[in-house]
This record gives sequence, structure tokens and C-alpha cells, in this order.
Amino acid sequence: MKFGVVVFPGSNCDHDAFHAIGHVLQKPVEFIWHQSEDLQNSDVLLLPGGFSYGDYLRTGAIARFSPVMNAISKFAKDGGLVLGVCNGFQILLEAGLLPGAMMRNSGLRFICRHVHVRVEDTNSPFTNAAQKGQILKLPIAHSDGNYNCDPDTLAELEKNHQVLFRYTTPDGNDDTTGNPNGSMNNIAGICNRERNVAGLMPHPERAVESALNSEDGLVILGSMVEALVGAAKATA
Amino acid sequence: MATTLTEIKVTPEIAAEHGVTREEYARIQKILVRDPNITELGIFSVMWSEHCSYKSSKVHLKRLPTRGKLVVQGPGENAGVVDIGDGLVAAFKIESHNHPSYVEPFQGATTGVGGILRDIFTMGARPIAILDSLRFGEIVPGKNSAEPETAANRRILDGVIRGIAHYGNCFGVPTVGGEVAFEPCYCQNPLVNALALGIARKEDIFLAKAKGLGNPVIYVGAKTGRDGIHGASLLASAEFTEESQQKRPNVQVGDPFTEKLLLEACLEAMKTGAIVAIQDMGAAGLTCSTCEMASRGGTGIEIDLAKVPQRETGMSPYEIMLSESQERMLLVAQKGREQEVLEVFKKWGLDSTVVGEVTAGGLLVVKDHGKIVAQIPAHPLAEEGPVYNRPMTSPAPRVESDKDWFPFAPEKTDLTANFKKLLASPTIASKSWITEQYDTSVRTNTLAGPGASDAAVVRIKESEKDGPGGKTMRSLALSTDGNGRWCFLNPKVGAMHAVAEAARNVAASGARPIAATNCLNFGSPEKPEVMWQFSESIDGIGEASTALGTPITGGNVSFYNETLGKSIYPTPVIGILGILDDSSKVLKIAFRHEGDIIVLLNGANSSGAGQHATLPSARRREFSSSEYSKTIAGIVRGEPPSIELGAEKWLIDCLVALAAASTIESAHDLSDGGAAVALAESCFASPGAGLAPPLLGAAITLPENASAEYALFGESGARAIVSVSPRKLAALRATARQYGVGAHEIGKVTREDSLRIEYKGHTVVQSDVSALRDAWANSLERAVTGRNQ
Repeated sequence: MKFGVVVFPGSNCDHDAFHAIGHVLQKPVEFIWHQSEDLQNSDVLLLPGGFSYGDYLRTGAIARFSPVMNAISKFAKDGGLVLGVCNGFQILLEAGLLPGAMMRNSGLRFICRHVHVRVEDTNSPFTNAAQKGQILKLPIAHSDGNYNCDPDTLAELEKNHQVLFRYTTPDGNDDTTGNPNGSMNNIAGICNRERNVAGLMPHPERAVESALNSEDGLVILGSMVEALVGAAKATA
Repeated sequence: MATTLTEIKVTPEIAAEHGVTREEYARIQKILVRDPNITELGIFSVMWSEHCSYKSSKVHLKRLPTRGKLVVQGPGENAGVVDIGDGLVAAFKIESHNHPSYVEPFQGATTGVGGILRDIFTMGARPIAILDSLRFGEIVPGKNSAEPETAANRRILDGVIRGIAHYGNCFGVPTVGGEVAFEPCYCQNPLVNALALGIARKEDIFLAKAKGLGNPVIYVGAKTGRDGIHGASLLASAEFTEESQQKRPNVQVGDPFTEKLLLEACLEAMKTGAIVAIQDMGAAGLTCSTCEMASRGGTGIEIDLAKVPQRETGMSPYEIMLSESQERMLLVAQKGREQEVLEVFKKWGLDSTVVGEVTAGGLLVVKDHGKIVAQIPAHPLAEEGPVYNRPMTSPAPRVESDKDWFPFAPEKTDLTANFKKLLASPTIASKSWITEQYDTSVRTNTLAGPGASDAAVVRIKESEKDGPGGKTMRSLALSTDGNGRWCFLNPKVGAMHAVAEAARNVAASGARPIAATNCLNFGSPEKPEVMWQFSESIDGIGEASTALGTPITGGNVSFYNETLGKSIYPTPVIGILGILDDSSKVLKIAFRHEGDIIVLLNGANSSGAGQHATLPSARRREFSSSEYSKTIAGIVRGEPPSIELGAEKWLIDCLVALAAASTIESAHDLSDGGAAVALAESCFASPGAGLAPPLLGAAITLPENASAEYALFGESGARAIVSVSPRKLAALRATARQYGVGAHEIGKVTREDSLRIEYKGHTVVQSDVSALRDAWANSLERAVTGRNQ
């Protein structure tokens, strides 16, 4: 089992993801440079948060043209697991690996705080270790997390249970008071129809130790480990 | 234009336009043994500006204590460096970016943050935290501030916050603390002081000394443009007039993305072992970095400007040498190994090019396409600038009498409404609307972010692939503090309080204070009263730093903080760094358990609520300088509370010992707003990880002391409020006794949504905690955005 953490110029959560996987989960992990098309035999790819290329144009809009994205697209089409967090999610949207787009937060300001998200579906490699309806406390830190898509896409997402995480209040109400950024249907994270590519705005890698005020991120990262272990068993 | 500029004949009049006096001009002629050309004049004018040369402050700064057994590098390099154990060092420094932040708040603040971050990674340290100490004019219309003014201040605040957020968030270093205060005197001269902290292995620290004849001088980072020319000399070293908006072109523009690349590339290039010296190009850009590196190394440097990457064509030597374009570095590499260094920068997509070499003879030689355009001895330029012992005058004693001081309310008065008003005042109100715009958790080291503890606490990870490594359980704590109002009333005592409060805050997080950095914000040094304030403040900082064991490792002086002849309050801001040996023992301010006993610790070992002022009139005089007096009565007079450094030291040692032994559950020092505000904040912070009920309350009986207002809202130092489980109360008492600190039981943490404070048998404050919290939590956002009115 090997995790690859992709480093774009301007990625700034790459070390955090590396620490969470390598030192907290104690799984093999390597950085993958954006200029490389060699994914170094990774079994799962993590696109970390940050401001790739400064995000001066539109979040993720330039990073999607990095050479590594060709390899990642192919990897995803072949069923490989890909998780984009924050800027990584934005890049996956820009690359068309996930549907929809990000707009500026409804308050037009950067927001950094802990939010609560409800696990909407456990049938995915990113949520299989969670309980359905489980509330996770995770930090967000973004300017552009206001998820948007056309009505048909939204209907499809809901119908196919592609919404994996939804913002709620601490006790699980999804009446928009828990929604920090104006995101449609309180969407915090989605997966593709094949369920092997997912993105979310909150940062699971920042919630992996009690000293950091939450360990709930381990549910998501742990799900991926379990999925890989399961896959390895299935092929053995 | 380029040619006309070089052909300008330099005269003393042209020198005067550059801010160079006749005496300074004569000195330049003496050093050169001829008249300078225009480029040379430009170079001298920035290097000898107040901002770069410290010509008015040098004679006073010498009095600061700068040595200590943990100090690895004191003032004089890009940042101070202290030993933090386990083979690691911390580099930290605070700097001002006041004038640019008034002229162009967003860019002024971004480049302030960018500049201080570069100072840290120039030393080879990876930045791990940013703090910002901010002062603005009043943002709510009131007695001394009218609406057009407050609207302007809100706009400045908004721009500065967005600027700090923009740069720090993108760069990927958490902004974990600092302070924000409001006074009318900062109306047209906000203070934006940014502090950055980094860590490195002790042997990996880089200095800015150009060594090795023939070693190549390499320029890396962003291209040079026409921005920021004369930022240091004209913007930072002169007071504001009505035309100051015209100085907007002197403000630089920040690009945090390029800085992030520069950080990663510099740290990677340093690992090659091929770098000899490195310095960032901040104030005075290429001029400062070349002559300072040569001067420190006892060498010369020769560069050719034709090789400098430029953003636009047709720039004159004068402009290239004086540009303050951001995100640039100058480094010296080992001859023959320059390719290794250039490769790293190429990988990160940054310009890097050899622009010259280290030479013998101590001359800074600047060529343009091979033709010499400036030739100046580097050492006299960098180190032998003018030094002024400017005249000082203490101001005439203020004529104040009994009737001018704060009138205490009659006994039994219900103070709840005043308390609520105080909690909602911008200086005391929650700053979460601001701090939530900062990324506070990136790098996953933040154990206590803004407002969680009295100091910001960041851990050092046991291992990080490219980080310091080694086994360590340690954390670093940082606090910045300053009280302009107190320094205005008494610069020496006010400055001592700033040091004491910063140290106390660090100790209240459980960490041992070890070193300090300072940012000295003052008016014009050409005014004798301002120089007197400066000199007094230095004495106060020196005395307090010596007593508390926190040597000054660096910092910056910002003079000319005045507009239309009106100076700001003298505002020394102190940043103190502390070490917490065991990261699991961070103390936070939040009350944690129902039934815990609330104890007021007093280093002055008195009956509790402040012993210093004994005579009733002296208490009123002291109280007239408090936040309560200003907010409730509009009175700003008297004197700051007197300070006992011994008492401060005892309290600090006691808090550190209590934290190390895990005796107490929470700690919060008493500062703005006194005991009442500290108690309320400890209640407000109580909702933690989904605890029910969300808010804890407190039932308090304060010891008798002068008057209820004095007991509740008095701000005398050396005090903290802690909570302790009943079974550890005896241990707390024993520790307090050991350090000679008074420990007074004043109440209990309750499970009710209620804060009740009794004094002399009467309830003087009684309110739902949630109602108080609402006033405190939302007033800043309401004030700035006008929302939810």
C-alpha cells in the first residue's frame, strides 16, 4: 500500500498530508512532483490543499494543466483512488474528474474554523469506516468553497448518493446554519459516479490527533486504508 | 529617462530632496573623496535613512540587554536566534509596516508579512507561525471620533486584515495570534507589526556574510520592477502630510505564491551545501543586501545591473538599486558550485542568475553593461552612517487633580450594563471575526490558536521529512503585547508593562519565557518629547527584560508615526517567545469542569484585586488609565498601574510550575478589563468538543478592595485567574506558597448559564453568560460590516 501526495507549486498542505499518512497512520507515502507523469506506483493519490500557482486566476484552473494531471486522469479512469482536499478538490473540479465548480464563499471572505459535516453515504472507499449519519468535526480554511453545479447535475449527485459529506450543525441539522460558505445543498464533499475519485473542502489531514482539537479526519483517511487492504485481499 | 537621471548633477539641494542633510552630504563627500553621482546619492539616501540606519535610535538601543545563555544570534542579523533544545533553534523577529498600510492597507499589510517571513527563511529556518500586532483608529463613532473618520478606519482595518490573510494563507504558515487595539491616535497612522517564527537545526542557520573572493553573487526570485522605490527613505522615514496619498507608488506589491516558491527553493538550495551567505532584499532592496553582506563579511561586492532580471525595460541604475520589489533574495555561492544552486531555483520556476562576485578591497561596485555607475566603500555605507543623539525633553507635568480622575460608582451599584458595554468595546471584544479570516491551522502544529490560550502555542513535530527532525515533545509559545495609552501616560512604566504582560501571557500558556523581540513605534525623532518617550521606553524594556530573563534578540524601530504634526501614542510592542517542554501540558483559558475552584493568583501576594495603589486617590488616578475608564467615562488620564517586576517574575515562575505539574485546569492573566473580563472570557471559551452544556458559568465573590469597579476592572499586573479541581487545591496552594504568590479562592465554575460576581455582600454583576458572550462575540463584526445591527 502506498500513498502519493501530489505537490503543485503553491501546495501548502502537502507536508500535513504527508505527516498524517506517514507518521500518524504509519503508512508508506511519497511526494509526487507536479512535473512528473510517474506516479511512483502509488495505490492512492492525494491532492492537497494550498494555492496552486497562487490561484490568481481561478482556484485550480492552472494546476489542472500540470503534467502530473495527465497521469492522474488515467489513474482515475483505471479505477485508482484519488482524494482532493480543499485546493485539491478545486483542481479535480477544474480537471473534470468531478462535476461542478467552486465559487467564492457567500460571505466573500476566507474562513478558517472547525465545522461539522455529516457522512451521507458509507458506500465509498472514503467513508466505508464511518457510520452513516456520523458527524465529523473538521477544520475548513478556504475562500472558494461555495460548491455549485447545474440542477441536473445536482439531481444526479443526490440520486446516485455521490454527496459524501454535508455541512450540518454540531447536532446534525442541515438547515444551512452549519453551512459556512453558501454551498449548494450544504455540500462539503462529493465523489464521482464510479466512487473512486472524491473531493471535499474540509481538511481531514488537519484532524488526526487529539492535540489538534479533532481526530475525526482519521475516519476518512482510515477508510481509504481499509479500502486498499480490502482490494489487496480481493486480488490475493 | 534613464540617461537624464544619470546625468543629473548632484547638489546639496538635490541631496536634501532625498532626505539627506547638509552634514550627511558632507560626510558622503568625505567617504567618496568626491561628489556622489545620482545613483550613489540614491544608495546613500536609503542606507542612511532612519528606517535602515537607526541613526536616531542607535545610541539608545545599546542599552537593551541582548545576551543570554540561550541567545545564539542577537540583533544585527536578519532575525534573532535562540536555542530551544534538542539541537534546534528558533528564529524570530517582529517588524512594522505602518506607513504603507495606511497609504494602501491591503498591499501594505501583505508586504509587511512577506518581509518578515523572508527575514526568517533567509536564516535557513522554516517559518512555522505568524502573529500580528495591530492598532487602528476608533471604528465606532463616539465622543472623540466622528463618522467619516471611523468609516476610514474600518476601511483600513478591512484592507489590513485581508492583506495579512491573503499573504499568510497562501504562503501556508498559520497566523496564530497577536492583538488588535483601537485608539483615536492611530486614526491616520495605523500600526501593523508582523512577527514571524521559524525553526531550524542549529547547524543549519545561515548568516548574511559575503565571504570567499571570487565567489559568485546570485540574484534569485521575482524580477525587479519600479515598485517601492524609496519605500524605506521617503515612506518609512518621514511623517505624513496631506499629500501622503501621493506616496502610493512607493508601496510595494506582494506575491505570496512567489514567496512560497522562494521559501521551498531557498531551503532546498541551502541543503546543497553550496551557499555561503544569503540575505533577502527588503527595504532598500539590492542596495542594502549587497553592501550589508559585503560589510559583514569584510569584503567587497561587484555586480552588473544588466544581469539583474527586470520586469520592465529602460530602468535606470538608480531605479534598479532602489527598487523594493518583493520576493527577491541575494546569495553568495561557492565558486564552481553555482550550477547546483541555479538548478534548484530552476526546478521551482524562479529566476536565478549570477549578477556579480565577491571582491577584495571592500568596495561596492555597481556596473551597468560593464560601465561603473556607482562605487562606494561598503563598510562606511552600511555601518558608518550618521548617528544622532537627538535632544530630549520630558513633557511638562500634567496638571491633574482629584476631580479629573475616574469617579467610582457608589457602593451596591449594579455594574452589569457597564460590563456588557466594556465587553463589546472593540479593543476587548472577541477578535474571531478577524482571526477566522486567517488560516490558523495549516502545518498542523497549532495547539493553541487565537484566543484559546493567553499565548499562541505551536508544537514542534517529532519528525518531518524536510523539517528539523529529532525527537522532541516541545512546543513554542508566543505573545505580542503593548499598551500605547499607558506608554503615553508614562513611557517607562508602560513599556515595562508591555514586557511583563507578554511574558505573563507566555507563562499562562504553561511555557517558560526565554527571549524577546521588539517593535518600537514612535512619532518623529526630531521632536524632543518623542525622543524622551523613546529613551524612557528603552529603559523600561531593558529593566523588565533583564528582570524577567528575556533578552532582546532583535526587532525594529519605526519613527515618524505622525500625521499633520500629531504623534501616535508611543507604542513599543514586545513579542516574547517561550518553551513548553511537554506539549501535552498547554494551558488554555477555558473553564473546563463544573465544580472546579476559581483562584486569583497574585504575584504581589496581597488580598487579591491589586495591592499596588493604597491611597484612594492613587487608586482613582491609576484606574483612570484603564480600558474601563476610557470606555465607560471617556477618561484617559493618570498613570498606568505601578509595576513590581519581582511580583511578575514570581507569578510567571508559579504558572510555569503549575503547568508542569498539571495542577490546574485553566489559566488566564488579568489585563485589559481586569478580573471581570478575564472571568467572562474563561466562561466564553468553555464550549469545547461538543461539551454539554455548551457554556459554563461562574459564581464569584471578589475580595474587598477600594471599590467594586476597581476590584472588577482594575488592571494592575502580576495576576492571573486559574481554575483547579478541588482535589488539587492543596497542591496549588503549596506551589503558590513556594513562589510567594498569593492564591485567593474567589468562586466556582458552575453548570449554569450565569456569571454572578459579588462584592461586599452585593451582587454587582449578574447575567446569562450567553448574553454577555453575544455582546463580546459579535460586536466587532457588527461594527465593521454594519451587519446585524
